[in-house]
Amino acid sequence: MSAESNRGSAGIYEAFRDAIRAEEPVALATIIDGPDAGAKLLVQPGEAALGTLGDPDLDRVVARDALGMLDAGISEVRHYGQHGEARQMDLSVFVECHARRPHMVIFGAVDFTRALASQAKLLGYRVTVCDAREVFATKRRFPMADEVVVDWPNRLLDRIGDDLGPRDAVCVLTHDHKFDVPAIVGALPTRVGYLGAMGSRTTHEKRTERLREAGVTDEDLERVMAPIGLDIGGRTPEETAVSIVAEIIASHTGRQAPRLRDGEGRIH
Amino acid sequence: MDEILDDIDRWQAAGQRVAVARVVDIEGSGPRDPGAAMAVNEEGEVAGSVSGGCVEGAVVGEALELLGGRRGPGITTFGYSDDEAFAVGLTCGGTIHLFVEELDW
Repeated sequence: MSAESNRGSAGIYEAFRDAIRAEEPVALATIIDGPDAGAKLLVQPGEAALGTLGDPDLDRVVARDALGMLDAGISEVRHYGQHGEARQMDLSVFVECHARRPHMVIFGAVDFTRALASQAKLLGYRVTVCDAREVFATKRRFPMADEVVVDWPNRLLDRIGDDLGPRDAVCVLTHDHKFDVPAIVGALPTRVGYLGAMGSRTTHEKRTERLREAGVTDEDLERVMAPIGLDIGGRTPEETAVSIVAEIIASHTGRQAPRLRDGEGRIH
Repeated sequence: MDEILDDIDRWQAAGQRVAVARVVDIEGSGPRDPGAAMAVNEEGEVAGSVSGGCVEGAVVGEALELLGGRRGPGITTFGYSDDEAFAVGLTCGGTIHLFVEELDW
């Protein structure tokens, strides 16, 4: 099939545009090098792909890869054989991903939460604030949050845990074992990419004991960034929020940055 | 892509043909990530950007060549690997690969 015949499949741009505007996850694969340069395949989770790259096997492989790239939020060029073979260089396909916004769930409706929620909004997160205490968890106190939920952490995570993925973050700011432990225990079985918990080293030692009593393994504890944030000497809620989002960025990029968790002594 | 949709709607409604250039790959440092896009209509009006302003002028030229039928869809590269590195390049020293095509899909 030539690029010309792909021209007949009008409507790909419209579907792409509408998905972007509706903030629905969508990936657009385009052959950028090869005889069919310009051929397109539009991929959305749970829906049949639209268009074609000129070969049914290639379409199937690229659609599968595009869904993985959407999950990770990556746009890049991949190379394939004429029929989608891996490790061949016949075709260059650019996959442009418009992932849904990453989701940050903050447990604890405290002062630090306001600053962290604002900082997360700046970075494009959808922000949920959750606290079981209804006097604290109000939209009035957290106008920047997309949603404020009055509930126990484990119950919220029972509801939304399956939707959390590698680009999402759970930040536990309550400082209270009663809430911290169910939040961390509830977040560990999810695929969330970042899990951090606030508190001094002493607080975290005590919390770790409680977590172990709750059946959390050493391997699971490795996933918990505590004390939360990078070691930049942040003190105010706003400075602490910067250190937390900076740690999240470093986790995604794989860069070495001084984590409070890996240091010793006072955190500020 | 998000920031150019409204302009494209307007141009298409006015019957204008549109070319789109998208960043597909970057070597070294580059100001915009893959997926950054700019659109150019037949009259040379521009929406969006693909760099920090370093190569946009040259991209308009490529887009008009494409809409005028003097080149086909394909990859255009700017940066130090380019012969015209000193004419059109990124001040940050990176190399940027764009895919330029007509919006007819």
